[in-house]
Amino acid sequence: MAVTVRAVSRPARGWLEQVYIIEVLRGLGVTFRHFFVNLWRHVLRLLGLRAGPGAVTIQYPDEPAVLGRRARTRHRLLSRADGSPRCTSCLLCETICPAKCIHIVAEESPDPAVEKRARSFDIDIGMCVFCGHCVEACPVDAIHMDVDQVELASYTRSGMIWDMKSLLQERR
Amino acid sequence: MIPLAWSAAMVGYALVFGLGLAGFLGWVERKQSAVLQDRIGANRADVFGWRIIGLFHPVADGIKLMTKEDFVPRHVLRPFHGLAPALSLGCCLACLAALPFGGEFQAFGRAWNLQPWPSPVGLVYILALLGLGVHGVIMAGYAANSNYGLLGGLRGAAQMVAYEVCMAAVLAGPMFLYGTLDLQEAVRAQGRLIAGILPAWGVFTQPLAFLLFLVAGMAASKRIPFDLPEGESEIVGYHVEYSGMKFGMFMMSDFIENIVVCGLGAALFLGGWQVPFVALTGPLGGAIMLASFFAKTCALLFLLMQVRWTLPRLRFDQLLDLGWKSLLPLSLANFLLTVWGCYLWR
Ligand code: SF4
Ligand code: SF4
Repeated sequence: MAVTVRAVSRPARGWLEQVYIIEVLRGLGVTFRHFFVNLWRHVLRLLGLRAGPGAVTIQYPDEPAVLGRRARTRHRLLSRADGSPRCTSCLLCETICPAKCIHIVAEESPDPAVEKRARSFDIDIGMCVFCGHCVEACPVDAIHMDVDQVELASYTRSGMIWDMKSLLQERR
Repeated sequence: MIPLAWSAAMVGYALVFGLGLAGFLGWVERKQSAVLQDRIGANRADVFGWRIIGLFHPVADGIKLMTKEDFVPRHVLRPFHGLAPALSLGCCLACLAALPFGGEFQAFGRAWNLQPWPSPVGLVYILALLGLGVHGVIMAGYAANSNYGLLGGLRGAAQMVAYEVCMAAVLAGPMFLYGTLDLQEAVRAQGRLIAGILPAWGVFTQPLAFLLFLVAGMAASKRIPFDLPEGESEIVGYHVEYSGMKFGMFMMSDFIENIVVCGLGAALFLGGWQVPFVALTGPLGGAIMLASFFAKTCALLFLLMQVRWTLPRLRFDQLLDLGWKSLLPLSLANFLLTVWGCYLWR
């Protein structure tokens, strides 16, 4: 394949730009315009003449964080219609996890149609890098990362380990 | 007795002017940048739930700096380490004494001068003290006893020497025009009207000098496009080894240096305390003088802050080039033109 080269002409710096002072004034014009337009908005808002925020800032702990629709947040485990976890303990997620933070103990499932199920399913959120590989790997769509919960801090390391019971709690 | 008390009162006014405005500038800097960058800015400090658009932040800053541990690393050169911030701040504060906050007004059968230290060489005094302030920076860099501090101090020395020279050269023009080194006289000289409409302010009679003065003043007071001595992204600067109020004193002296430069600019180029077309007499006139000077200083400070949030920092060689190769020749040319013009006019 031939390499396509496209020459981009750089804007030439003429005498007016070299003097610099005119460019400085233009830059000042931009910042001054921003300043006064925003100030005007703030004043209107303060007087109650204008709804909506005066700036794009989200006052996070007071207002909820705004997350993207596809944001990867805390994991959850999905269940079947009868309430049992969907996970078949195939260990694909545990195998692919680059942080090695999923720990599954398998046991035999009483359901003859299902071979295995998880006795325990722990994710060490403190180690997780939120790559989403576990979600991609799961053949039965048993694990999602769409709880939209980002406040995951804990005072202890053990507090960062989420077990099956808490992972099954659907919070959405 | 009364003259002494009046002097003390004026010195007090100068200190409140400088220190109060410096604290306020910390707030302005944050809020102004926030507003022009579509943000909100610091607004969390509150008193009983009242936030008044973040105005408590300077107070909170002050309390924090005062109560913070004043940590002195073991390797610093002790006497200089303690002396440097005091020298820096002291020189800036002393500059305030010569600023003409207002003119003279008559009341109760005598004249009251609103300049804390009426001096025939006020301008030389301010330039000298600003030059002395460099020693605080160099000393701090040297006392840090580390390469980064020293580098910051050296940069500060090279920069400030370059721009103090430019500043003096720039001010030669207007000073020749006003025919005095007394700041009060210089302000009075701008009270005339040109052709009956335009006030004879320095900004109209010496426009080039005004521009050069702003650049030199910004550089001499280490504002951002010229904040090479600090240069957070490259070296941390001459005050690496300072914490608590000693660091606060460096911040304060930067702000007060700005205020002095802007006050000087207001006095020499914006007509100082003059209000065009109005003759100011009596105590009311005195109050208007104070307000007028204050407003003009604040307007210049506002412009300086805006420049800070507009321009990127210069490289060090560009900075020295600008100082020695552009600013100095231009200011000398301005001086020569002024002298020539005055000679032809007479
Ligand atoms: S998101 Fe990535 S790191 Fe976290 S548990 Fe899943 S596979 Fe492991
Ligand atoms: S990949 Fe899915 S089914 Fe397999 S162990 Fe993980 S969660 Fe369970």
